[in-house]
Amino acid sequence: MDSASIGELYRKESGAIVARMIRALGGDFALAEEVVQEAFEAALAEWPASGAPRNERAWLLATARHKAIDRLRRRARFETPLDGVDLEALRTEPVDEPSGAEDQLRLIFTCCHPALALDAQVALTLRTLCGLTTDEIARAFFVEPKTMAQRLVRAQSKIRIAKIPYVVPERADLADRLDAVMGVVYLVFNEGYAATGGDALLRRELCSEAIRIGRLLERLMPERAEPVALVALMQLHDARRDTRVDAEGNLVLLEEQDRSRWDRSAIAEGLERVERALRLGGATPYAIQAAIAALHAQAPRSEATDWQQIVLLYDALLAQSPTPVVRLNRAVAVAMYEGPERGLALLAEIADEPDLASHHLFYAARADLARRLARPTAARRDYARALDLCGSEPERRYLERRLREVSPAEAE
Amino acid sequence: MQYVLLIYGNEAEGKSASKEDQQRLFAEYKGFTDELKSSGRMKAGAALESVGTATTVRVKGGKTLRTDGPFAETREQLGGFYSIEAKDLDEAVMLAAKIPGAKTGSVEVRPVMHLPDM
Repeated sequence: MDSASIGELYRKESGAIVARMIRALGGDFALAEEVVQEAFEAALAEWPASGAPRNERAWLLATARHKAIDRLRRRARFETPLDGVDLEALRTEPVDEPSGAEDQLRLIFTCCHPALALDAQVALTLRTLCGLTTDEIARAFFVEPKTMAQRLVRAQSKIRIAKIPYVVPERADLADRLDAVMGVVYLVFNEGYAATGGDALLRRELCSEAIRIGRLLERLMPERAEPVALVALMQLHDARRDTRVDAEGNLVLLEEQDRSRWDRSAIAEGLERVERALRLGGATPYAIQAAIAALHAQAPRSEATDWQQIVLLYDALLAQSPTPVVRLNRAVAVAMYEGPERGLALLAEIADEPDLASHHLFYAARADLARRLARPTAARRDYARALDLCGSEPERRYLERRLREVSPAEAE
Repeated sequence: MQYVLLIYGNEAEGKSASKEDQQRLFAEYKGFTDELKSSGRMKAGAALESVGTATTVRVKGGKTLRTDGPFAETREQLGGFYSIEAKDLDEAVMLAAKIPGAKTGSVEVRPVMHLPDM
């Protein structure tokens, strides 16, 4: 087995092996991570020459376990007594059975524990569940590798010292906690989906990892509708990702995207999931957003979009989460259905919302409507404001292009 | 696993509360404390006099310096604490959320440091 395949195996399996080890080690996150890392390093040293063992996972787990036992023996001799670890049980525990659903769920809920700061939850999820390196996570979130390393160490030691339990939450807390987990997963997805430049491959990876964890949740908690809705939403967006940016890295709006290049199999899976989510759990916010994405995905041409249905879905979403951003999106949908004048009237109602007053998307939306109504002065003013507030390069180029369109030619 | 729950609140607001409100709050604290004790999770606890009675002490160059008042002026002041035994952070948080002061102020949950020879 070559090192590339071992790398692949690491991505796919390390989360499950770490999950097993954390339980065996009485919740010692950092130690579990370390010894699994070392087991993979040992595989890298041995397998390319001698060939991979028959059962790779069992080999890795057994190796990680030996390394853990060594460490713990040393620790017991020189440091504090072992807390919650039974060395004998650790030595005799079978390694050949697959990692249980329970272990993996525990790991997900621990990484996304609300006692950790959100950025720490995200970092821990990517490091432990997705097997991304600290450097990769740092690059994805535009922070120094050192800062990211500190964030991870701090999160791991808080888990250990404050004793954040390594458990699946009890029934009474489950809905809230699952909501928090899905928030982290969706944040990872959006970070990958946002056209904020940087490393394109890494951004794609964030999206596929978010979808992978979503699917894992779906498989591990088959009785819950929420993960199904979330995976549907992510798949339906992800199906369009290749058409969102052109060869020069410029943003391509939904109505201008080449729909023949949308990923049809991802759309088909997403559509099936939307229906299943609605049937299983009703119109939850993720399910409604997925249904909206489904209507876009199903329209053969931009003009054929069922805007009436989309407005109705936004009404339902607004009833459940009456946030300024949802009102903004609804106003844009209404403008497509009833005309720009109506959209502008709705935007006027939310212009003073603090969340929107500093958000470039509000001004960009208002500028687009003014442009469609042939009001270049208003459009110019709002495109300029949006540009002032927008930090993403591809979006800035889009806004600059629009601003030029509504500006008088220089010769005049 | 031992945790200390530090209860912070706005003292001025507490003082301006009506007699009945103060009595109700006292009864709520008593109820919570009884529950902690009967479940065997109570190690210690106290309500503190106001920060107006506090003295901050520092030793500089062998000299004891006394300052009137707390170390830092903040909107919320430390008003009391519980030291408890809990299975893990989730249980400690569940208990902290039952403290009456959590509704009007905040409760900081801190694990107690494990020192082998103390």
